[in-house]
Amino acid sequence: MCIAVPMKIVRIQGDRGLVEIGTTEREVGLQLVPDVQEGDYVIVHAGFAIQVLDEKEALETLALFKEMENLD
Amino acid sequence: MKYIDEYRQIEAVQQFIGLIHEVAGSRLMTFMEVCGTHTMAIARSGIRQLLPETLSLISGPGCPVCVTPNRLIDRAVALSRRRDVLLATFGDMMKVPGSTSSLDREHAAGRDVRVVASTLEALELARQNPSKNVVFIGVGFETTAPTVAASILEAENQGIDNYKVLSAHKVMPPAMRALCAGELNLDGFLCPGHVSTIIGSKPYVFLAREFQMPCVIAGFEPLDIVQAVFMLARQVRQDTPSVEIQYTRAVRPEGNPQALKIVDRVFEPCESEWRGIGIIPESGLRIRDVFAGRDAESISVDVEPFRETRGCLCGRVLQGLAVPPDCPLFGKACTPDEPIGPCMVSSEGSCAAYYKYQWQPA
Ligand code: SF4
Repeated sequence: MCIAVPMKIVRIQGDRGLVEIGTTEREVGLQLVPDVQEGDYVIVHAGFAIQVLDEKEALETLALFKEMENLD
Repeated sequence: MKYIDEYRQIEAVQQFIGLIHEVAGSRLMTFMEVCGTHTMAIARSGIRQLLPETLSLISGPGCPVCVTPNRLIDRAVALSRRRDVLLATFGDMMKVPGSTSSLDREHAAGRDVRVVASTLEALELARQNPSKNVVFIGVGFETTAPTVAASILEAENQGIDNYKVLSAHKVMPPAMRALCAGELNLDGFLCPGHVSTIIGSKPYVFLAREFQMPCVIAGFEPLDIVQAVFMLARQVRQDTPSVEIQYTRAVRPEGNPQALKIVDRVFEPCESEWRGIGIIPESGLRIRDVFAGRDAESISVDVEPFRETRGCLCGRVLQGLAVPPDCPLFGKACTPDEPIGPCMVSSEGSCAAYYKYQWQPA
């Protein structure tokens, strides 16, 4: 029911957006993410974008993983 | 792919597994995940087999289809038998057995039951079929409720009067409270990632305060899960129960205020029945009286007397009191091709996950 895959918003038209996942595109409702912009990555659930991913936080998590790999 | 591959690096996973062994030591720990997507992700990744033997990850009531009681399915079946109703549902509800029938069977018998991928599609069906009441079956947790609420508001705005919702929405934290108060001995919760994108971290705080229960909100990639398990084990060892967010790229402490606002406009809390657990106060969402015309409960139908599925252990599986192989029907009478209980029907169900990824027939 829940697609846990982040998708990129390629186009916004009113409260509908076009997301790109791999090579396919889908239309999703944007009613729940009023501040979304083209180029953002969103979590899509049941045909709606439910949250915008935070790039800064994502990078911080990844930096931590990198650190871990360098531990040994 | 961005936001995916980076969270699957095997070396980092191994590092975390090492850290988990170190911090957990030989102490017995049991953590529960309460999200069907976690159940699938954990089973698929094979992480369980890498963890210390003393540390168990068990599944809880995280599959929305699975916790929906027969009574609701019976009502949907009864609605589908009315000529003036077109029933719209997510696909995973189709095969769930009710007391004597399922939506799949009703569809085969010629009733107008359609599978949709979103409420916007259901709304479109209502627009195209003005002579029918289009009833969407609203099953799901806090992630789904806003999408249903948004469709009701859109129907209002566009004057699509024949769009209705049968609301069986459930919210997680009250069920987690019920689990803490029950017979299970838990050491922590892997909190649901996408439910939390909506509700944030605050609704779990009572679990740490009242029940001293460690909570970590986790993402769905292998690295997310091992990091979250490590954080839980650390909370247990340091005896510092709190609510931590591992999935920071998608979950903010305040959640998604816009989604919460829309849900609050359309729904109000109510008691709700969970399969296997029973009635939990404030754990459901009903449509507010101002939108009473949208509530499919107002369409009168004769619902057949309710019967529990015989021999199915789903109720205990959903509470974490049994694992799928404990069920005598598992893998024999009950398989994904011919499921008997909802935990085998839904792709997010524990029995389906266990069958697909962890079970080797003897
Ligand atoms: S194996 Fe089938 S019958 Fe047994 S608990 Fe799971 S779903 Fe129910």
